[in-house]
Amino acid sequence: MRELSMHILDLAQNSIAAGASRLEIEVAADTNADRLVISLQDNGRGMAPDFVSRVKDPFVTTRTTRRVGLGIPMFDAAARACDGRLAIQSSPGKGTYLAATFKLSHIDRAPLGDIASTIVTIIAVNPDLHLRYTQRVDDKAFIFDTDELKTQLDGVPLNEGPVLKWIGEYVKQGTSEETEIN
Amino acid sequence: MKTLEDLKKVREQALEQMKLREGKFSAKVVVAMGTCGIAAGAREVMAAILDELDKRGISDVAVTQTGCKGLCEQEPTVDIIKNGQSVTYGYVDADKARQIIAQHVVNGNVIGDWVVSAS
Ligand SMILES: Nc1ncnc2c1ncn2[C@@H]1O[C@H](COP(=O)(O)OP(=O)(O)O)[C@@H](O)[C@H]1O
Ligand SMILES: [Mg+2]
Repeated sequence: MRELSMHILDLAQNSIAAGASRLEIEVAADTNADRLVISLQDNGRGMAPDFVSRVKDPFVTTRTTRRVGLGIPMFDAAARACDGRLAIQSSPGKGTYLAATFKLSHIDRAPLGDIASTIVTIIAVNPDLHLRYTQRVDDKAFIFDTDELKTQLDGVPLNEGPVLKWIGEYVKQGTSEETEIN
Repeated sequence: MKTLEDLKKVREQALEQMKLREGKFSAKVVVAMGTCGIAAGAREVMAAILDELDKRGISDVAVTQTGCKGLCEQEPTVDIIKNGQSVTYGYVDADKARQIIAQHVVNGNVIGDWVVSAS
């Protein structure tokens, strides 16, 4: 994938396919430690322990349209190429937590890219999902939470055109300047 | 500067559009969002579709997604369901997506050259 935010969109699809109603995504850069951490926590159906231990292998998938699963192996490979690793914790019936580390300054690290577009896409097709996105650079943070929006919108769905447009602009603004990650 | 306060106005705009369509959708757009679709640019296609609908003030078109359909070679793919007919376009990019909205979704003209399957 050209951008880390495209991996995030792909991994969010896994959470949605697993029936998650809640998804928390965090992208955190620690400039002193020269480290970038991308994590996703969902409350979907989870995976059994033996499945988790094999899921980085592309031949492990529960899908039926294609015999190889690619999303997790690709994300794992992206982290490993940047002196990092992907850790997965999952419990059946509870949910799944994924966290990948990257060396922030690694020459092979893909840019975070258009995270606002990733968030708008997730919401456009999953308006009822409770999504929380946090982007951190050292001690600065931008937090976007669909629950706060829902209160303000009072019954208007998140996937209405004017709402999506606003979300895109709001996230773009919030993830620039002091919490910007390239 | 965007703040959560703007949402009051955004909400009014959305309600206006919802009232106009009276619960009826004239077409459905389905973007394939499997890993291969995303890697091939499905997100940019989605962004172009949302932007084109917004620019044209169209609010009675539903936009949804599907997972991998096994058409990995032809991704990004987009289905248009209109007038009881479903058409799948392949190798879609942002520019093609805008033309599909203009010609097929708005005017009902299928763009035959880009169709990979129809039913
Ligand atoms: N968040 C998740 N919750 C539950 N199961 C998951 C999750 N992420 C991945 N899986 C399981 O791991 C498999 C492999 O995932 P992935 O590598 O993304 O390939 P694919 O999505 O194409 O199957 C999925 O088919 C699914 O069974
Ligand atoms: Mg996947």
